[in-house]
Amino acid sequence: MSAKTILLKGGRLIDPSQGIDGQHDLLIENGRIAKVGKNLKADSAETIELKGKIVCPGFIDLHVHFRTPGQEHKETIRTGSRAALSGGFTTVCLMANTDPVVDSPTIVEFIKGEAAKVGLIQVLPYGAVTLGLKGENLTEMAALQEAGVVGFSDDGMPVSNAGMMRRALEYSRVTGLPVIDHCEEKELSGHGVMHEGLTSCRLGLAGVPSEAETVMIARDLLLAEATGGKLHIAHVSTVAGAELIRAAKKRGVPVTAEVTPHHLTLSEEALESYDSRFKMNPPLRPKKDAQALREALNDGTIDAIATDHAPHSLSEKETGLIQAPFGVIGLETALAVLLTELVHKQGFSLATLIAAWTHKPAKVIGSDRGTLAVGAPADITVFDPEQEWSPDAGQTASKSKNSPFIGWKLKGRVTDVWVSGQARYRDGRFLTED
Amino acid sequence: MAAWTRKDLLSLEELSKEELLLLLDQAKAFKEISLRPIKKVPALRGRTVALCFLEPSTRTRASFELAAKRLSADLLSFQGNSSSITKGESVVDTARNIEAMRVDVIVLRHNTSGTPAQVAHAVKASIINAGDGSHEHPTQGLIDLFTIQEKKGRIEGLNVVIVGDILHSRVARSDLWGLMKLGAKVTLCGPPTLVPSAMEQLGAKISYRLDDVLPKADVVIALRLQLERQQEKYIPSFREYTRLYGIDSDRLKKAKPDLTIMHPGPVNRGLELSSEVADGPQSVILDQVTNGIAVRMAALYLVAGIHPADEEPVSEPGRIDLPVREKQVR
Repeated sequence: MSAKTILLKGGRLIDPSQGIDGQHDLLIENGRIAKVGKNLKADSAETIELKGKIVCPGFIDLHVHFRTPGQEHKETIRTGSRAALSGGFTTVCLMANTDPVVDSPTIVEFIKGEAAKVGLIQVLPYGAVTLGLKGENLTEMAALQEAGVVGFSDDGMPVSNAGMMRRALEYSRVTGLPVIDHCEEKELSGHGVMHEGLTSCRLGLAGVPSEAETVMIARDLLLAEATGGKLHIAHVSTVAGAELIRAAKKRGVPVTAEVTPHHLTLSEEALESYDSRFKMNPPLRPKKDAQALREALNDGTIDAIATDHAPHSLSEKETGLIQAPFGVIGLETALAVLLTELVHKQGFSLATLIAAWTHKPAKVIGSDRGTLAVGAPADITVFDPEQEWSPDAGQTASKSKNSPFIGWKLKGRVTDVWVSGQARYRDGRFLTED
Repeated sequence: MAAWTRKDLLSLEELSKEELLLLLDQAKAFKEISLRPIKKVPALRGRTVALCFLEPSTRTRASFELAAKRLSADLLSFQGNSSSITKGESVVDTARNIEAMRVDVIVLRHNTSGTPAQVAHAVKASIINAGDGSHEHPTQGLIDLFTIQEKKGRIEGLNVVIVGDILHSRVARSDLWGLMKLGAKVTLCGPPTLVPSAMEQLGAKISYRLDDVLPKADVVIALRLQLERQQEKYIPSFREYTRLYGIDSDRLKKAKPDLTIMHPGPVNRGLELSSEVADGPQSVILDQVTNGIAVRMAALYLVAGIHPADEEPVSEPGRIDLPVREKQVR
């Protein structure tokens, strides 16, 4: 089905996995990368001119919620996959906090079946660390791995018992897969709805102190160091959290980390609007944290950018800042927001940004994608770095609209996506209906 | 003096010094009316005021009700439990429904910070915040300013100590903004667990021992301690709280003889204030209650003057209201 030969010509090719950044053509054969080089020719190939565009490996998002099974009113694998595609993502990893929880091979099989029916992108499930996310009994990690999970996480219900977390990190070594922790000490975050600081104090809102995150990061790093279990820290949001990870990496602790586009570009003052589109967990922190996260991404302390795409329906988000659920969507805007705010405005390295979406997250989950190396599956994202647009709540591919970036003027947009050599998105349009 | 231009009264943080003075002057004029045998004026005749109290309240609601009646407004009263209303129907929906009945002013009390601001953004009717979560209680703040001005003849340069649970107090926030804008020196005093250190960045001083700051105080505003704070482990015991922050006649001996003692009510007698102090000559607690009506008449009168009653309602059911915002980090 993917026997077609395609030649992508004239674009600027950026593949951090091979240190490539320049004018190169790319040949796709049989769904895989066949050749990368200058002035390639292939008579029988469909030739696509990409002058002015950037060609890179398809993006990988280590942290999304597609709400299937159980909360399909927020998102389905189909709507989530379409959101991913339009943002340039060809692989996404689904968090296990569905209903029922992904804690048995049966649920993994169900999700894989649904993903196969949709078939647009690579949809890779995580399994839970503990049964029912209850923090009491480990899941059958080997069985889950055999069924197809690529990591383990209790995401929003992090393992609070340090002894249990130790066991999880120890036992996960049998799989070699990462344990992904949403680092939050719930006794410290309490009823908080935003970052605890000057703004929460002024607004009279209960705060989540930075220490709710950093205490847990410190615990996990020490446990990973002691056990040798592979630890991945989800959505780092604090200066001190980044510093702890930096120091641990220096000591050789097997840890990787991710950061979200919203924590890189927004700060706690956004909550002055009392708008629940800015309510997520961990919360938006002060500007100095966002700055420190940019530095941590730049120096490699943080490996990956992940959206924590967390769809919620309008009626749920409209219930007011305190009652509204935590979470924002992010797949469709991630590239454009970071191109605009980091690359265009601050001269942040485009190659570093792309690395955090491609070979670096691939390494976390042991994927052979995220690269344009010859022989790799041809997952390719093409974007126009100059195209201007503005996200519109009425136009989301996601089923939900809870984006903090609605109405922003952005520069840079995905135009074309191939998944395993199949064109899925061309000239800013889906190739399949609905 | 500047004219009033705001549709809503949501917080004292957003008001200028001139706007505060305008409200206080207007309240002074209305206070004279409430001392007359016939206390009613036709200022809001034909206007409708809805009291929407989605959190239990007796005093503030009664005060607003009397204020509206003395201005000859028609009155509509809603009471309810915030959580049961927000579950089925968002507060914005409720407000749009009230507005659809062509109500001019909605006085809103809600247990969630920011709800009045969100409602004000969504409807054309004027909104008066009658207390939102731990955010602000602007009319109580104005009452305290009015009462201090009345008793002391000035606000500028006074040492004002606000003592108690600052963290959860909407009164403390409104008092702080109002007092600072009018030039008072404000000290926030209470247990470290209940006084956010970030308040210092707003311009207040912080003290954890009342005895350290009481001698210099011209005014002390004692806040009501919510009884669940002990269960929530913010304080070890009420006994310890009273030892450090309760005001009785003994502690008053360390204070200036002309110290004025205020409390937004209702007082936990024996906890924040002893009965002798609450009922003593330095206490102006009942003057605060009296002044409450004049201040609320002023608030109703000024915001109602901005909103033309015959304007088309803006109800746009189902509209996704997502305004363009400035980006936060540059």
